[in-house]
Amino acid sequence: METALGHGTESQVPEKRTVIARASRGDRIFRRIVAAGALSSLVLLGMIAVFLIVRSGEIFGRFGFDFIFSSDWTAGAEADGSDSTFGVWAMLVGTVLVSLIAVIVALPLAVGAALFIEFYLPERLRSSVRMLVDIAAAVPSVVYGLWAVSIFSGAASSWGELLNRFAGWFPLFGVENEQYDRSPFVAGLVLAIMITPIITSVSREVFSRTPPDLVNASYALGGSRWGAIRSVVLPYGSSGVVGGTMLGLGRALGETIAVYLVLNLVFKPNFRILESQGGNVASLIATKFGEASQYEIKALLAAGFVLFILTMTVNMVATYIVQKSSPLES
Amino acid sequence: MSNLDVQPAPTPIRPWRITPRRVVPQIALAAAGSIIAMVVALLTPLAGFDGWLLIFVPIALVGGYLLARGKGAVATTDAMVANTVVVVAGIAFYPIISLLWTVVSQGLDALLNLNFVSSDMRISGPDDELNMGGAAHALIGTLMMVVIATVITLPLGVLTAVYVTEVRGRMRTLVRFIIQSMSGVPSIVAGLFIYSTVVMGMNRFSGLAGGLALAILMLPTVARTAEEVLKLVPDDLRSASYALGAPQWRTTLFVVLPTVRSGIVTSGILGVARIAGETAPLLLTASYFTATTFSPTEGPVASLPVFTFNLLQSGTEYSFARAWACSLLLLLALFVLFTVARGLSGRDKR
Amino acid sequence: MTDVKGHEVTNMVETQEAPSMSVGRATGMEARGIHAWFDKHHALEDINLLFPANSVTGLIGPSGCGKSTFLRILNRMHEFIPRAAMAGEVMLHDADIYDPSVNPAEIRLKIGMVFQKPNPFPAMTIAENVSAGLKLAKLKVANRDELVEECLTRAGLWKEVKDRLGAKGGSLSGGQQQRLCIARALAVNPEVLLMDEPCSALDPGSTLRIEETIDELSKTMTIVIVTHNMQQAARVSDRCAFFLADGGPGRLIESGLTSQMFTTPTDKRTEDYVQGRFG
Repeated sequence: METALGHGTESQVPEKRTVIARASRGDRIFRRIVAAGALSSLVLLGMIAVFLIVRSGEIFGRFGFDFIFSSDWTAGAEADGSDSTFGVWAMLVGTVLVSLIAVIVALPLAVGAALFIEFYLPERLRSSVRMLVDIAAAVPSVVYGLWAVSIFSGAASSWGELLNRFAGWFPLFGVENEQYDRSPFVAGLVLAIMITPIITSVSREVFSRTPPDLVNASYALGGSRWGAIRSVVLPYGSSGVVGGTMLGLGRALGETIAVYLVLNLVFKPNFRILESQGGNVASLIATKFGEASQYEIKALLAAGFVLFILTMTVNMVATYIVQKSSPLES
Repeated sequence: MSNLDVQPAPTPIRPWRITPRRVVPQIALAAAGSIIAMVVALLTPLAGFDGWLLIFVPIALVGGYLLARGKGAVATTDAMVANTVVVVAGIAFYPIISLLWTVVSQGLDALLNLNFVSSDMRISGPDDELNMGGAAHALIGTLMMVVIATVITLPLGVLTAVYVTEVRGRMRTLVRFIIQSMSGVPSIVAGLFIYSTVVMGMNRFSGLAGGLALAILMLPTVARTAEEVLKLVPDDLRSASYALGAPQWRTTLFVVLPTVRSGIVTSGILGVARIAGETAPLLLTASYFTATTFSPTEGPVASLPVFTFNLLQSGTEYSFARAWACSLLLLLALFVLFTVARGLSGRDKR
Repeated sequence: MTDVKGHEVTNMVETQEAPSMSVGRATGMEARGIHAWFDKHHALEDINLLFPANSVTGLIGPSGCGKSTFLRILNRMHEFIPRAAMAGEVMLHDADIYDPSVNPAEIRLKIGMVFQKPNPFPAMTIAENVSAGLKLAKLKVANRDELVEECLTRAGLWKEVKDRLGAKGGSLSGGQQQRLCIARALAVNPEVLLMDEPCSALDPGSTLRIEETIDELSKTMTIVIVTHNMQQAARVSDRCAFFLADGGPGRLIESGLTSQMFTTPTDKRTEDYVQGRFG
């Protein structure tokens, strides 16, 4: 009886209708065009990878992992490359070393500058200083390079000398030759100055979006300005700072001209940051490109592919971290 | 009127305002600190600005602590953080100011000769006097390649943004991820890619190749800015259009995009600012040519950044003066671009 | 036009005796001749109001009459609005909280605030939210867990959240979030609690819970609550103050015991407002 009753009531509930919204012909065409445009970036990124690897396949085929893990770069005269040897290990080490120095120096400076602009600077100056930072973030690397060569690198080398004098016992700061210019330290500082505005700009933007509700709540609890920053602004903006830092790191890893101008390229892995020798994959390409034979060009394309993979990996890890560290799940 | 029997309103005050009198100790500290630092820097081997900074920072931090002490732990920490933030920001801004100042002061030398923007380097060498030759070829080349890049990128960028925010296609997460990854492509890799395709294919350097390389670098900036802008369009507006029976394409083309017209322009401007000074990709694609060329396909084309780079490598007094002047031109362009972008921003908001 | 007798009414009311249930360490507070400006705009004019210890004062009036501005002046939150200015004095413990020697952060520690929209810190857990104020003000407490429990109990939230103190503050419902914000304000043991339309974003059930909480809290502290809801003002407050802007700056029209204000108001406009004829 009960079952029958239950069954009876159940059958009175009508079945759900499936509503299908069939797009009009105009909309279908529109969506196809938009999708084609949007997917061009996907195609482009794929093509970059494919063309670099195809044009340089010969190099990877011949040297295999030695291309990555050896540090000899000799371009011979033979057209078939039989007397040439190519390996980018020293350049990879240099790229990572210089970029790490840049990020370690730039990150605290940028966070300090971003906090200063958003929370300590009088409001009427704020928008001008924001624009100053945005312009600095867009200043071309060749201009930074010019400034570094003529103004900054002298001072930076003398700081390097000072550092060696007081902390030279530490392996990182030791030197073999008493020459302090064109070192990874100098190049790292120049890159730090370049990426500080980039990190500042992104961090500042995120800091300024902190919900005023939360800032007010922390003031109403008797918090000081620092209290509000520590308890609300930094947790809320941390993912932005990470994102900005990764953008800066990406820029540093791929920087060509500024590094070319202030770093002494030597094909030997070097971890002593004050020594006047170092490397960077991007500036290797710029240095060798002008006089390269057909065969060496292929090696440079291979180096470009390695750099591409390195930066893509960093970028993907960064995107993942930013998504993970976002304080609000929504 | 009721105002008559109320006594005159008192003057507005802001008791929280930091008046000069209340920061006398801080100002005195800063002055004393800088004088001491200056004396020490002059008398000891710690010369110049570095030395001054090395002495001043500890004095400022310790002095700031002594001034703040006694107001409770919270206030002391707050004051110490404030001092540190100001010092750190000062260190961060100093190189930027130095760079801008140097570019302006050094760049005016060559730029004040009118021929610098009107003639090229066809018959002049980099070491010639500043009243000969100029950067006209580089200006025109940069302009040509920026236009090529913009013409390609702006439609693609807007389509990408429309796909993500309006069409909300199935692959929008992937598309956003790809755009994010593209912003990390090193500029020299973009140059290598175009070299291995366009330059090798045409068997010569060209302005077109340069423009294409720049487009790769410009696309992520344009797409992401356009996406941010489209997100600001309130959903009510779309609903209103749909309620009138408009299909999606009409809604997008005639309602959504026109509302954010200036935002789209801003995205293009920020994209141009991103690429205008790129050197490395142009070295591999457009290369350099001393004469003015207007053809984007027939051989190498000069650009301001590559011209600057070449001048730098000549390394003489006059070539450096020209390099500074090129830098100043690039900075002026950035300044104009950002001023226009700032003027446009906020136009679409209501 | 009727004469503004706000000043006199206030004085008259002050002669009546304050509620006498002073069990806590609560202190009264007094606003003297308060004006407020936003840039050139004169938002509040000459407000004089006494908040006796352990009383619940409802600030009522139509939108835009300056109630919230007045409330924010009482714990120095007014100054965070750019180009804001003020005049007058706010007396707490016989001292002006706007005196240059006063540290505003300490004032806000003594005069807590609950906002219109619940605003728990999203990155913190429920327990961390409650003790956030202690951390911010670097106050030491012997047993943190005990204090968290006590504050959540006083805010009427303990039973609902005791098993998930480690969950994020944002995971609670709107009403629970607001009670969490009340608990957070209680943790630093304020003497006065300001509430800016604390129930306006909540459903009737949650509103009732919060009103019960307010009743309970008034035994130990002085409460000032801004509300748009006449019934709520009648239910929770001992005293009322009616603000009205009438085109010009906001003024205090009338203030006194709630029972009087709702039954025998002296001003016609008060009567019209409490009976719902405008507002």
